[in-house]
Amino acid sequence: MINNIPTDELFASGHRACAGCGQALAVRLVMKAAGKNTIVANATGCLEVFSTPYPETSWRVPWIHGAFETAASVASGVDKALVKQKKRKKVNLLAFGGDGGTFDIGFQALSGAAERGHKLTYVCFDNGAYMNTGIQRSGATPKYAATTTSPAGKKIHGKTEFKKPMPLIMAAHGCYVATASVAFPHDLIKKVQKALKHKGLSYVQVFSPCIPGWGIPSNMSIESAKLAFKTKITPLFEVENGIVTITNRPSKELPVEEYLSRQKRFKHLSQKEIDDVQSHVDTEWEKLAHLEETKVRIS
Amino acid sequence: MQTVSSRDVPNNTTVEIRLTFSVDTHIVERIADFVNDGILDAELIDVESEHSAMSACIGAQATGVRTFTATASQGLALMHEMLFVASGMRLPIVMAVANRALSAPINIWNDHSDSVAARDSGWIQLYVESSQEALDTVIQAYRIAENKDILMPVMVCLDGFTLSHVWEPVDIPTKAKVNQYLPKYKPVHAFLDPRKPITQGPVGFPDSYMGFKRMQQEAMKRSIKAIEKANSDFRKKFRRSYGNGLIEPYKMQGAQYAVVAMGSLCGTIKHVVDEMRKEGKKVGLLKIKAFRPFPTEHIQKAAKNLKGLAVIDKEISLGSDGALFTEIRSALSGQGKTRISGFIAGLGGKDVTPDHIRKSIETAMKSKETKEEWLQ
Repeated sequence: MINNIPTDELFASGHRACAGCGQALAVRLVMKAAGKNTIVANATGCLEVFSTPYPETSWRVPWIHGAFETAASVASGVDKALVKQKKRKKVNLLAFGGDGGTFDIGFQALSGAAERGHKLTYVCFDNGAYMNTGIQRSGATPKYAATTTSPAGKKIHGKTEFKKPMPLIMAAHGCYVATASVAFPHDLIKKVQKALKHKGLSYVQVFSPCIPGWGIPSNMSIESAKLAFKTKITPLFEVENGIVTITNRPSKELPVEEYLSRQKRFKHLSQKEIDDVQSHVDTEWEKLAHLEETKVRIS
Repeated sequence: MQTVSSRDVPNNTTVEIRLTFSVDTHIVERIADFVNDGILDAELIDVESEHSAMSACIGAQATGVRTFTATASQGLALMHEMLFVASGMRLPIVMAVANRALSAPINIWNDHSDSVAARDSGWIQLYVESSQEALDTVIQAYRIAENKDILMPVMVCLDGFTLSHVWEPVDIPTKAKVNQYLPKYKPVHAFLDPRKPITQGPVGFPDSYMGFKRMQQEAMKRSIKAIEKANSDFRKKFRRSYGNGLIEPYKMQGAQYAVVAMGSLCGTIKHVVDEMRKEGKKVGLLKIKAFRPFPTEHIQKAAKNLKGLAVIDKEISLGSDGALFTEIRSALSGQGKTRISGFIAGLGGKDVTPDHIRKSIETAMKSKETKEEWLQ
C-alpha cells in the first residue's frame, strides 16, 4: 500500500494506449480497487484494442471480450455460470465499456442486466465520444464539442445536444451509482469498492480525458479532469438506495470557460455558446443539489 | 414440440438462456418448467434480446459451464453478430433454431431463410426431420461440440411449427443412459478463473487473424468424422440413428433419380418416393442433415450413379439460387453426368404438397435441367 492504494499492478504497463490516456490510468486504479479475484468482461473500444494485441495482454486477471454492445450481457452469463459453479461469492465481476458502448450501443444490454439484478459492477469510462474509431459523436459527447461526425462548421457549431444523463438513468433502475474521476484516485477506488459490495448491478461512471479526442497535450489529462470538477462539469456524486449524495464539492468554483478554452474540440465556441454551457451546468448542479437536499428517492 | 427441452438433455453445470420468440417458445417454456420444478439443475437467464442471449451464452460457456439457448428467425438474425464471436472463441454452445421466415413482410411460418443466412458463421448446422430426431440430435450436438478436436458451436435446426408446435410421441431416454453417452462437461481449455488468468477474445491483427480462421476451417473438416461417430455411438447406445449423421439416403438402392432436401419436408418426400416406387419408378431421397460442414464426399458417393437430382430449397439467396442447390452443384461439379434441377418451395410456410415433390422428380427425369423453378 502506498497512500492506502494497493501496489498490485493487475493491469500491466507496456500496453499501446496514447501517452497520457485517461482511461488507461483509470483502469489501473479500478483494478487496484477490485483486486486479483476479479473477472473482467470488456466491450469493444480503445481499452480492448490497446490492451490485448494478440499474443500480448495487459490483463493479470481473467478477461473476456465479446463485442461492442455486450459487456453487460457477457458479464450476465459469467455471473450465472459462477453461481452454477458455486464460486459467486469468491469473485468480483466487472464489466467495462466506453461511453459509446454504454450510453448508446450497449444501453439495452446494460438496462437488461440491471433489471435482472446480476451481481456485477459496470464501469463506464467516459471520454465523451467514440474515440477508438476516430472521435465520432456519442450520447455522452458534450454540447458544442467538435467531433468527426459533429464538426464545428460555419452553420452548425459541433454537437447540438447536451449529454445523456446516464448516471441518473442507471439510478432509476435502482442500482448503486457513483460518478468518479481519474483525477481523484482515492475517491475512485473507494467508490469502486463500495459498488462491488452492493447487491445486484452497480454502475460507476469514470471521467477519463482523451488526449487526441479532446485536442489537449499529453500532460494535461489529469489537469483537464480536475478542471472539469472545479467547473462542476462533472459532478462527483453517488446514488445509494435511490438517494443522491454529492460526495465532493469544489472548494473554489471556476467558470466553464476555464475548462472549455484549453481543449481544441471547444475552440470554436462563441460567448453565447459558452454562456449556454454555463447555464446548463448550473441547472444540472442545482438539480443534483435539490435531490440531495430533499432526499427525494430516484428509485 | 416437447422434446428438445427434455430434462435429460443438458446434463450438468448448465446455464440456460431464454428469450421467447413465437416458434421457439415451447422449448424455452418447457425448460423453465423443468428448472422451476427442480427437475433440471440449471440457472436460467431471461435476457432482454437474442443478441444478449448469445452474449450471455458466450460469457457463461467461457466461464466453464454447458449452455443452451433456442431462437428463431428475427431472433437469429439479431444475434447474427454474436454467432461469429461464439465460434471464433471456439465455445461449444448448443442452440435449437426453430426455422422460420424472415421479415419483410413479417411472417411467422416455416422456411430455412434464417439459419441458411447464418451458414457462414462457423457453426455446425444439423437439420432434423422429426421431433425424435430433434431430441436425439441435441444430445449428439453436445458430444460433437465439446469434442476436444472440434470445439465448435452447434445449431440444431428444426422446422418452425411443423416440428416446434406439433405433439407427437417421443422416446425420452433415461438420464443415466444420456449421462453415459454424454459425460460430465469438463472444459478443455482454460476458462475464466482468477486462479489462472487468461485473456479471451483479444485483437487479432492481420498477422494472426487468418491463422485463426484456418484453424476453424480445419476443425469444421474434422467435425465430419466427429458427427459420424456421435451418430454411430448414439445408435449403439439408444438403437436409433439418422443415416450416417451427415446424410440419410432413403430408398437410394438402385435409384436413378433422387430428391435432395433438408428438414421435415423429407417426411413428405419419403411418402412420395414410396408411391413412385410402387409405380416402378427408380427414385429415392437424399436427406441432407449436415449443411455445415457440408458433406461433399458423402454426397458425391451417394449421387454417383444417378441420372438426375431434384434439389428443393426452402430458402433462396436472392439474386442467386437456392443455397442447397448451389452447394449440390458445387459438390458434384466435374463428378459425372448427373443432371441437377433446383426448386424453390415452402417459403414463409407455403405448403409443399406431394404433387410439388412429384413435379420436381418428374422434371428431374426429363433431360433438361431447371435452375430455379418455384413450386407454388
